[in-house]
Formats: sequence, C-alpha cells, structure tokens
Amino acid sequence: MNIGIPELCLVALIGPTGSGKSHFASRHFKPTEVVSSDDCRAMVADDANDQAATPDAFALLNFIAATRLRSGRLTVVDATSVQPEARKSLVELAREHDCLPVAIVLNMPESLCLARNRERPDRQFGGRVVRQQAQQLRRSLRGLKREGFRHVFVLNSPEEVDSATIQRTPMWVNLRHERGPFDVIGDVHGCFDELLTLLERLGYVVETRTDAGGGMSFSVSHPEGRKAVFVGDLVDRGPGVVKALKLVMSMVSSDSALCVAGNHESKLARKLQGRNVQVTHGLAESLAQLDMESEAFRQQALAFLDGLISHYVLDDGDLVVAHAGIKSEYQGRASARVRDFCLYGETTGEKDEFGLPIRANWAAEYRGKATVVYGHTAVVEPVWLNRTINIDTGCVFGGKLTALRYPEKELVSVPAARVYYEPVRPLAQPVPPEEATRSTVDRSANLLDIDDVIGKRVVSTRLRGNVTVREENAAAALEVMSRFALDPRWLVYLPPTISPSETSKLPGLLEHPAEVFTYYRNAGVSEVVCEEKHMGSRAVVVVGRDASAIERRFGISGDGVGACYTRTGRRFLGDRALELAFMERVRRGISDAGLWEELETDWIVLDSEIMPWSLKAQELLSDQYAAVGVAARTSLTVAGSLLRQTAARGVEVFDTLAGIEDRLGMVRLYGDAYARYCWPVESLADIQFAPFHLLASEGRLHTDKDHLWHMNVAARLHEADSALFRDTRHKVVRLDTSDESEATGWWEELTSTGGEGMVVKPLDFVSRAKRGLAQPAIKCRGAEYLRIIYGPEYTLTENLERLRNRNISAKRSLALREFALGVEGLHRFVEGEPLYRVHECAFGVLALESEPVDPRL
Amino acid sequence: MLLTITTTHQPATDLGFLLHKNPSRFQSFKLSFGRADIFYPEADSHRCTAALLLHIDPVGLVRPKSGNPNAGDWLGRYVNDRPYVASSHMSVAIASVFGSALAGKSTERPELADMPIPLEADVPVMPSADGPDLIRRLFEPLGYDVDVSGQPLDERFPEWGHSPYYGVRLSSKIRLRDLLSHLYVLLPVLDDEKHYWVGDDEVAKLMRFGEGWLDNHPLRELISRRYLKHQRSLVSQALAQLLDAGSADPGVIATRHEREEERLEAPMRLGEQRIQAVLAALRDMGAARVLDLGCGEGRLIEALLGEPSVRSITGLDVSHRALETATRRLRLDTLPPRQRERITLLHGSLTYRDKRLSGHDAAVAMEVIEHIDPTRLDAFEDTVFGNARPGAVLITTPNAEYNSLFEGLPGGAFRHGDHRFEWRRGEFQDWSRQVADRRKYDVRFEDIGPVHPTHGAPTQMGVFTR
Repeated sequence: MNIGIPELCLVALIGPTGSGKSHFASRHFKPTEVVSSDDCRAMVADDANDQAATPDAFALLNFIAATRLRSGRLTVVDATSVQPEARKSLVELAREHDCLPVAIVLNMPESLCLARNRERPDRQFGGRVVRQQAQQLRRSLRGLKREGFRHVFVLNSPEEVDSATIQRTPMWVNLRHERGPFDVIGDVHGCFDELLTLLERLGYVVETRTDAGGGMSFSVSHPEGRKAVFVGDLVDRGPGVVKALKLVMSMVSSDSALCVAGNHESKLARKLQGRNVQVTHGLAESLAQLDMESEAFRQQALAFLDGLISHYVLDDGDLVVAHAGIKSEYQGRASARVRDFCLYGETTGEKDEFGLPIRANWAAEYRGKATVVYGHTAVVEPVWLNRTINIDTGCVFGGKLTALRYPEKELVSVPAARVYYEPVRPLAQPVPPEEATRSTVDRSANLLDIDDVIGKRVVSTRLRGNVTVREENAAAALEVMSRFALDPRWLVYLPPTISPSETSKLPGLLEHPAEVFTYYRNAGVSEVVCEEKHMGSRAVVVVGRDASAIERRFGISGDGVGACYTRTGRRFLGDRALELAFMERVRRGISDAGLWEELETDWIVLDSEIMPWSLKAQELLSDQYAAVGVAARTSLTVAGSLLRQTAARGVEVFDTLAGIEDRLGMVRLYGDAYARYCWPVESLADIQFAPFHLLASEGRLHTDKDHLWHMNVAARLHEADSALFRDTRHKVVRLDTSDESEATGWWEELTSTGGEGMVVKPLDFVSRAKRGLAQPAIKCRGAEYLRIIYGPEYTLTENLERLRNRNISAKRSLALREFALGVEGLHRFVEGEPLYRVHECAFGVLALESEPVDPRL
Repeated sequence: MLLTITTTHQPATDLGFLLHKNPSRFQSFKLSFGRADIFYPEADSHRCTAALLLHIDPVGLVRPKSGNPNAGDWLGRYVNDRPYVASSHMSVAIASVFGSALAGKSTERPELADMPIPLEADVPVMPSADGPDLIRRLFEPLGYDVDVSGQPLDERFPEWGHSPYYGVRLSSKIRLRDLLSHLYVLLPVLDDEKHYWVGDDEVAKLMRFGEGWLDNHPLRELISRRYLKHQRSLVSQALAQLLDAGSADPGVIATRHEREEERLEAPMRLGEQRIQAVLAALRDMGAARVLDLGCGEGRLIEALLGEPSVRSITGLDVSHRALETATRRLRLDTLPPRQRERITLLHGSLTYRDKRLSGHDAAVAMEVIEHIDPTRLDAFEDTVFGNARPGAVLITTPNAEYNSLFEGLPGGAFRHGDHRFEWRRGEFQDWSRQVADRRKYDVRFEDIGPVHPTHGAPTQMGVFTR
C-alpha cells in the first residue's frame, strides 16, 4: 500500500502492544520525528513499562508533539491509541496547530502481537491486555474518519506492513519553489478594463480572441516570465466579472498566474452549488453575468472557484499571499480555521457604526519573516505595516486597481474609470484621511510589543553575525528607554562606544598615537584618518527637508523637522524653543550645502558632537567635577597651611608639605581641564555642532563611503553656516610612512593647547581586514584631558604606574558589537523594515551600554 | 581628609595625653586605604590643636577588588571626592589612630578623659548633599555650637551655585570620647549616598558608638538608616552604568524626589486618601482582577490585598529595583500560598504593548501619567486603552491649580522633579474625554483630598468605564 501523507501532519500510529508500531516508525520516519509513549515513560520514570507513570508520560508526549507541530514539523505519535479518548486528544492537538491528523492503523492478528510480546522479557503483560487492546481497536476501526482523522490507512497483515511505502506530498499551499518574480494584484471585483490596463502596464502580453458566438478567450504571457498572483475577490460588484474570470482562469491554467480564494469566490461557489446564500454585496452582478454564459462555462467556473486554495507560500517562504491576510503561525498550514482567517480576516466580534464587523489588527502584531500581501478591506493607499501590505485600493468603489511588484516591492496602480459600486462605508483607512496620502508608515505600527525587547535577545547583524543582549541589560534598557528616551520612531540609530588606544609605556602618558597606529597596522589597515576629537556630548540628529518628509518617512507628525538626541536616546536640548531653532538651522545648513539634491533625499541622519560639554553635562559637572575640584582645593589648601604652621613650630614634617603642594598644583590643572569645555548657553549662538558622519539618507546607507567623504560633507556644512557647524580638523595617515610622526606631532600640539585628543578611524567606514571587522574608531586622548577621567592626581608616578594596568578588551568587544547593531538598525530602516526590527537594534545598543565596562576607557 | 581638634583647657598640651600622640612629633600610620598623619599646628599651654590628615589612595579606591559585588559602583566614581572630604574613611581613621581616646582611656590623664572640657572640632570639607541645615540638626541636639560656612562650586562659574561641602566648626564643653563618637557616627551619615563600606559588624559599631546619645537624638531614624546602607542588585548596577556617564543613580534621584513630594503632601495624608479613593471606586464597580500600573514599591497592592472582592492583583513597574523593594515589602517569599497566588509582579513598560496586561476588570494608574513624557502619552493610551482594554481605568494625577496652596513649593514648580507635566483640571479632563471618545469608554471625574473653592482638590481622578 502506498500511504500518501501531507508533508506537515500529525501521524497517529494505532495498534495494540506488539503490533510493530515502533518498528514501522523506525523504517519510515526519522527517529526525531517519532514521539513514543514508551520513551516518555522511560524519561519520566526510568522504566518504559511503568504504567503508573502513564499520565506524566503523556503530558510529556503532548508537550513534545505540540512543540514540534508549532514549529511546523511532521510528528509521529507512537502510542497504542486504541481508545477513542486517547485519539481524541491527538486530533485536538493537530487541530490546535492547524495540521491534519492522519491515522495509520496496524491491525495485526492477535496471535502475532501475543507472540511478539512473549519474546520480549520486559513486556510480560499477559494475554489479557493484548486481547483487550485488539478488541478496542476493532471497535474503533470504522469511526476513525468520524473522529476527525483526515486520512486513515489500515494495514491488516504483516505482509501489508512490509510492503507499505510512505509518500509525503507537499501541502497545496506550499509553492515555496516558485521564486517569481511576481506581480501581486489586488481585489478586481469585475473591473475587467482596469485589470487589462494594469496587466499591460506590468508588461504582460494579452491576446484576446472573440469566437463566433461573441465569447472571449485570452492568452497571456510575460516576456520576462513574471507571474501574476491574484489576492482573490475577482468576482461580484463590477461589470466585467465573467471577463475577469475568463482572463484569470486562462492565466492560471497556462501557468502565468496564481489565484487564492477570496470570500466572494467562496460565496459564489456555494451559490452555484445550489446552496442557500444571501444575494448581497454584489453577488447579484456575478449571477446576472453568469446567466448569459453557457452551462458548461458555469461548471468550469465553479470548478475553478471551488478549487481555489486559502493562501500560497512562495519564494522559499519569503512571500505569502492570502486574501484577508494571514498570521505567521497559520502560514503553510491547512485547516478550517486557517481558511476562514484567509478569507475573512479576524474580527473582534464587535460591529462598527455601519454595522460592519470590527477587524482585529493582526498586521500590527505581525512579527513574521515572510512578506504578506493581501486585500479584502479597501484602503485609500497601500501602507506597509510590519512586512504586510494591503493592496486592495477599492477599484470597484472608484479607487484604483493596484499591483505590488515582487521582489521589487514597487506599487503600480490603474485608477478606476468610475464608481461601479457604492461602498457601505467610506474606504477603510488605516491612517486618518489627512495623513493617508502622505505617510508610508502605519500608525498602529508605532506601538512596539514588550516581547520585542525584554528577555535575552539575539540580534542578527550583517557586520558581525549574532549579537547577544543579556536579560538584565535588556531590563535596564527598558527602564531608560521608557522613562527617558524619545519616541522610538526617532531612534533609528544609537552610536557605538569608542575604545581608547592600548596603554602607552611612555613616561607621564596613558595614551599615545603610536599604539593606535600599531593596532591598525596589525589589523591589516594601511590608511587611517585622524580626526580632532571635539569635547562636547555625542548627539544623533535626524533631520527632514520639511515636516512632511519626517511624517512620510518616520511617521511622526507635529514634532518639527527633526530630532536631536543623546547616545542614550534622550532629547538633547530640553528647551523646546532652542531645539526648534537648532533643527531649523541644521535643516537650512543642509539646504545651503545642496545635500538634499545631491543625495536625492528629503531626510538624513547625522552622527555628531555638540559643544559645549556643559550644555548636556551640567549635572555631571556640578555633582562630580566641580565638586571634586572645590573639595580638593579647600582641603589641600588648609592642610598645606596647617603643615606650614607645624613646621614653623620646629616640628619636622618630612616631605608631606611638598607632597600636598604638588597635589594642589595638579588639582589646579584639573580645574582648568574641565573649565575649558564649559561656557554658558543663552541662545543658539552659544552652541557648536560638529557632525562627522552622514549615516543615512533615503534609500542609502553611507557607510560604504570613506571618512574623507564624510569629512567633506562636514566641511561643506561648515562653509554653509560656519557659526553653527564646526569643522573637524583631520589628517590622513598612510601607516608606516612619515605621516605617522607628523600626525603624532599634530596630536601633541592639539592636546597641549587644550584639545581633548583625536579619534583615529580606518579610511573605510567599515573596515574588514585580515582579522575580521576592525575597530571603527579608536580614541587617543591627551594627558591633561585625562585628569577629568582618571582624577586630578592620576599623573603622580605611583598612581600612573598602577593605572597603566587597564584592560581594554571588553571595551573593544563592546565597541564592535554596538557598531554592528547601530549599522544594522540603519540598514533595516533604510530598507523600510518594520519599526520593531529597527528598534531592536537601537534597544540592543542601549542594553549593551549597561554592561559593566570601566567607564574611564 | 582633614580634621582638627582644639582645646583651650589648661594646660592645653594635655590634649596630647588624651589622644596618646605627642604634640612635638609628626607621626604617620598606615591604614588600609592609605595613610594617616597626626601633627600639631599649635601646642602651647593656652591652646593646642591636633590635626588628623588622611592620604587616601585615589587609584586604590577605584580599582575593584576581585569578588567585590559593589565594584560596579566604584567604577562610576572615577573622579572621586573621597580623598578630599570627611567621610567614613575619617571614622575608620579615628577608630584606629585615636582608638584609646574614643574608648575614653588615657594612661596619663584618666580623670581628664572623663571630664567635659572645652573642645573644638574643625572639619574644613564636610559633605552634606542635603545642605547646611542637616549639619546643624545633627550636631546641635548634642550640645554643640555649630558654625557652618559654604562656598561656591567654582568661582569661575558663579551660575553653578553652591557646593555640597561645608567648613564646619563644632564647639562644646564635652568629653573628648563623646566628640569622637559623634564624629565617628555622623560623618558617614552626612556623607550618605557615598558611604558604601557597610559590613556585617556595622550594626554592632553603631550600637557601641551611639550608646548614650543616639536613642534620644531627634533624627535617630535617619541616622540609623543612612549609617546602615543597603547593597544593590545586579540590575540596578547595570542601570547605574547606563546613566549618561556618571550622573546620579535614578533610583536615588527618584527617592530624593519622592521625599520632596511626600513632604509636600504628607500633612494632608494625601497618599492614603488616594488609595482610599481608588479602593472605593474599585469596590463600586466590583472589580475582581485589578491591574496596578506603575505599582512602585507596592503600597496600593498592600491595600488591595485587604479587599475581599479583589481576587487577583497584577502590579507592573518599569523599575526593576522598585519591584525588588515591593517583593520585600510585601514579603512575597513568605506570604501564605492563598495570598501569594493573588499577586503577580511584572517588569514592563506602559509604552510597549503587553499581552500580559489584558483580561483585567480594572486598571489603576495612580500618580503615573505625569511621569510620562507628553509625546509618549499616545503610546500609553494605545497600551492601556487600546490593547489591555480593562473594564475600567482609574487615573489619578496632581491638580496643578492646587500647587499654589502648597507652602514651600515655588511658583511654577512641579511637586516632583521627575514630573513631566502637571495638569490643571481642564487639561486633564480634556485629555481624558478625548481618550474616552477614541477608545469607547465613558469617563467621570472625582476630587481627592480637601477641596478648595477656587483651586479644587490636590489630586484629580478620572474613572473610565466601558
């Protein structure tokens, strides 16, 4: 017997003990596909025959089977299953996971089962058990179909068992091998003329023949082999139902199209089958037009309509087409529940003011990998939401007929010639009407799910593979993100931390350019750029050409032309008026530099430093830096005068007084070190903005440009508005040439005149050299600046020698992981991925920042 | 790092006998954190001053010892005031170099050790984040004349204001041992947040050195609480790491702010009245499954446990630390199973959709929305009214109109430093009605607290039902 089973199903092997189920299973299925009650008994009770462990063993069996089915794996249950209640739970399990239950019955002669059991020393049940099971099985045989098993195969003899073969057949919905390219076409509803125009615009060649009787037939092909996929609802309401049907039927039969079932096809089919359905919602139009056709055509149409599949999984699982959409857990499955969802969508049970059912927004919660294209509910404009898109643009209601070109993801539309059918309510709008034509981001996508961020997370990045975020770090990030951060739609990027150089061995120094050059040389980088390190606060600036660009691309309205935020996602400028003025000046600077046109964009993301430091770090300055300074000055001054007084009494104070005076000198230098980076900000005139990376713009990530390109952008902005934009001095260094010593001299000069130091980057933004991804940047800070990092007295020899013992490996690893996450987030944003996928990266950077790494590095 | 003790008791040089340190010598002692020097800037029969100067190793402070669970705390304090202020290090030094004097022993002058004599203690840099008042309130009840002088943070930036350090002179006729005991206990108390060295025997030390005066001190609770500081969990360390490079811990800030708000509202027992108002509303609607959004340390949960009609309570907070405190306060570990089963605590956020929040009869957001950035209120609305959709939502929030009636609240200021807004009644009601309209709820409003004829009540509550 050839046993044909669907590739995804729950197979119940049914038969008494000794009927050979386990042997059968091992011959036809992978060992991991088989869950056996004996094995489960052994696992929970150390004894495969301990009947007392049966309830626990079945709990385990059910858990394993459910877990496998949930992830779409065929599962074979090897248990006697001779009692109806045992089978009932298997059928329920299959249904719960929208898989078909299949029964394979080993109906062996009782004597054979008895004989086999006798041969096994561990199975001394006695004949009574076997006889009872055989009897239960015989009583069950006729009712298996009624119990819900879709396919039942009964093997009645050892010979039949031996000769049985099993063939797994693909699910009808599974067309993963079809790779396209496709043109997915929205609800046609008998708008034949628009369909014809649309197909032609998409490049299909449509030959129309009219036979003697006036009947039409079509022959459609695409010179590039593209295939149309109809989302259903070809029929009802419109004037060209029959012509549309004929066209699509011919395309499907000639393999130039696929078509999934719409609810209107389903209802029309039932009507044609003579069932009692209400003739509403445009069914009358279809019936009237079909009445003019021959009975033969009606039968042909019925066969077509009735044979339509709920949905198709295409392109290796990356594209799914279903009439009303489909959740990820239903994709590739077949059940009444799945079919209903595909045809009608999900409703909450409530009705709206037009008496129509309120739809649950499955797409807002969609987190699947596959792109889902659907129709069913007419909208003004197709809008992407979490990798789903509704392309029913209500052609029959006077809207337009829309196709989505895949994989290009371009929309092509043909406007309706007129209103063919009055809608019950105005076209459904996923966004308020005033935004509908502008924003490509669905408002309901704004809300992220807690499951998108909490717990241990593994984020897959292009630059560095999987990046893991630990649970406690995610928990810390959740609090900061929720309490302090901007709307997550702004946070397309958080900057990575920058590692310092390895520790210098030179006297009086912790950091020196030599170690930076050595690092890059060893990493296989030949050219680097040394950029002056501005001492302010890191800022990311998102700016649009105008507010509508922000609304369109970021989905944010009423919040100006952009946002400026800190490395932890907080609003940078607390003063609203100052923020608006700042964003406006930045926007103008970009316009004046001609960047919008040059980059063909209406928004950009900049990575930058904003000065003065005191603007953002006031709390830190008062609580920490100035506080330490005043405490140190006061105490050392008093100590010095007490020691002098003591010495004046003729008491030997040894070198203590000299030591205190030395330290007081260092404390003064420390005070000067931080004061340099502080000045009061009363207006925008007091702020300096130094962008150093232009990270992204429409359709482009600029991490493929070298740093000279980015520096050139900065220079042009400085030229456009030198009062606000600060230029970044920089030097290109070819390693192993005299450039190195020249750059070292430059660094010495920078740091001796109060500069923080420099940041050295490989010339390429992303540098993959011989040891994998190289550090995207390394900072090399001046000795005086480091007083505000390592404390006023760090230059005392005994302090410095101990401070040299610092380990930068954790910081370096962190910098790379954060860099990979940051760039990944931008990639995803530029590619138009859903918010939760972009947010995952920014959230990950924030979480990684909470890892315990020496903050002085 | 510096303390001087002066006496004018004659002969003043007897101070050397009391301290067991010779006034004519400069002496140094090694301590675990560095070195202590003792010397006498003045020593004649009329007046004698002993100076205790600490050299605290700043690098050693920061370098985490292996296995030290609090290592993370020190990392954030790399630019550290420890070497320069009077802190717990000074207490340690007093105990080790003036051990006999602290115990009241003097071989040469035993009767003098037991005698109140005129003494002055000078601390040039005493930290007090709570301002100079606390210094007085700590020392004056002990009989000292207290002279406090402050100074600016940085004279180059007068706009930065005052420093948290004070020059302090304490004068009294007192036994030396008592002066030293007072300093031993109270210096770390003034230092508060930065006092991290609590070990197991600290309680015993507090009992010993507080003997005879701590029991009667009006601030004894504050003294004990601050002296015995608690350690922190992994998550809060992680969080501390996140705060923009070293700014203070939000938990600490929050606690400080909470104190401000409590101080304002305490006289009218507003916190308690809010809880009672919420309980009454929940009773009215017969809510059995209650969601406490922003449950904090669990005060409302505690009250809900006493309500027989409330079957289950889910508390949600964004602060992991608050939930840890709630777990302790509610004694979740030892609660009888029947009660324990009624409580679920969740770490989550009101700006992320969360399916764990659905299926409740009522949700309470007591003094929560004013902590949410106005631009994020739409996410709050989506989470609570759009997705969780409980049968009822109770929202309480300050009524800004009432603020002018609070003494000690400057005009235009908020009651709590973390409040992002405080709404007038009209503003709250407008927002509430819009939300109710969009989300198909009905809303009514209640006053909580004493109602003023023009300013209304201090707290306003919106009761949303559907």
